[in-house]
Amino acid sequence: MLTVDHLRGQGLRDVAFTVAEGTGLAIIGPSGAGKSLLLRALADLDPAEGSVILTTTGAGVLDRSLVDAPTWRRHVAYVPTESGWWADRVGDHFRDPAVVAPILVDLGLPADCLGWTVQRLSSGERQRCALARALEQAPEVLLLDEPTSSLDDTATKQLEAVLRRRLAEGVHLVLVSHDPDQPARLALPTRRMVDGRLLETESMAETVG
Amino acid sequence: MSEYHALAYTDLVLASVLVLANAGLSAALGLGVARQMLIAAARMIVQLLLVGLILQWLFTVASPAITALAAMIMIGFATYEVSARQERRLTGWWTQGLGGSTMLLAGGLVTVAALVVVVRSEPWYAPNIAIPLFGMILGNAMTGTSLALNTLIVTVRREARAIEAQLLLGETRWCACRPPIRHALRSGFMPIVNAMAATGVVSLPGMMTGQILAGAAPGEAVKYQLLIMFLIAGTTGLAVIGSVYGAVLRLTDDRHRLRLDRLAESPVTGRSA
Repeated sequence: MLTVDHLRGQGLRDVAFTVAEGTGLAIIGPSGAGKSLLLRALADLDPAEGSVILTTTGAGVLDRSLVDAPTWRRHVAYVPTESGWWADRVGDHFRDPAVVAPILVDLGLPADCLGWTVQRLSSGERQRCALARALEQAPEVLLLDEPTSSLDDTATKQLEAVLRRRLAEGVHLVLVSHDPDQPARLALPTRRMVDGRLLETESMAETVG
Repeated sequence: MSEYHALAYTDLVLASVLVLANAGLSAALGLGVARQMLIAAARMIVQLLLVGLILQWLFTVASPAITALAAMIMIGFATYEVSARQERRLTGWWTQGLGGSTMLLAGGLVTVAALVVVVRSEPWYAPNIAIPLFGMILGNAMTGTSLALNTLIVTVRREARAIEAQLLLGETRWCACRPPIRHALRSGFMPIVNAMAATGVVSLPGMMTGQILAGAAPGEAVKYQLLIMFLIAGTTGLAVIGSVYGAVLRLTDDRHRLRLDRLAESPVTGRSA
């Protein structure tokens, strides 16, 4: 269970929600509403007051304000829309090729892309590699910021299949999406964010503004 | 060895004809630097004559308090230069504070140690030795510190996304900032490394040349030059490392976040390094 309460910070006004183990939440809303800032605050990448507590059967109770930040981020993984790369070779961004190779294949990437240079990756390939980098550490919480914004239909379906499998394994998913049908395909409840506030539940059928 | 050969002011007037000739040539060719050259030459004449007077007075008074005051004023100018050469400064007085305190600590420590242990002048603070020594050390530490700080901040800003990507995977701020730190340390060390490598082959160091002109035996002048280079290298290293690690502490926080909000808002207009 991921419990967020009274989360306040830059661009965030008293955000509260819970996500149970193996379920998720899709956050929609206009640009600049604070969706990405919310994910950054949850990963403790921006200073924010309020409590974020993760309770899992595997890892026990983790309180964002009590564990050190690197430990927190290994359990609560945030993948921005555009990720950074710090080495020339794709493979140097992963810990264990044996662990990450099947994840890459599931996401529709060739396993030998580990030997490529980052320059050679297309924007869609980069986006999937960045997700694979986070999935490699098997985090309990996935905070994904428009994970399919650069992907075609096939790659989007493959990625959603990977997410459904992770959900079945007990992962908590918080998804920011501009694709109006994506929350339904992943069976996620939707909440709209406006001006730093998370509004009450709205129906899944409603179209995104 | 030859005696010290003093110059008369009339000798200088003769030599200054060279600058005037240069300016005349520039004006004739329409290069547009004649004015600048004459102003620069005038500035140089006034500044050096003043410094000569001040040093003469300092050396006659030979008071430890006034010597220390002179050293502090030099630190102040060096700090201003470090800060003025930054494309982006830290908010508040952190750039000046970091640059000034590391140069003061490293330069002061190395100069005092050299005076007491190596040079053993009588008294140890004798301003005719302490002030020139400190000046040479400080000038080099200043170049290294301003280059290193500027490189660090430029690189951290450029690589912000890559740094945050590593932080997001649970790396510490030190691990995530390792490439910019290495980059900054390298550029801070580069001038002194180049100077040491080129010394005596490409260039004859100014101080050594000066001592030889003043009548010192070349062997003795070389010994002083070596001492100075060791002191400069030591001070530059300490000041560069101190200011770079201090700046990383300020650009990140104890929750291992990148804090680019601690950089001053607008780009600094003015001189660049």
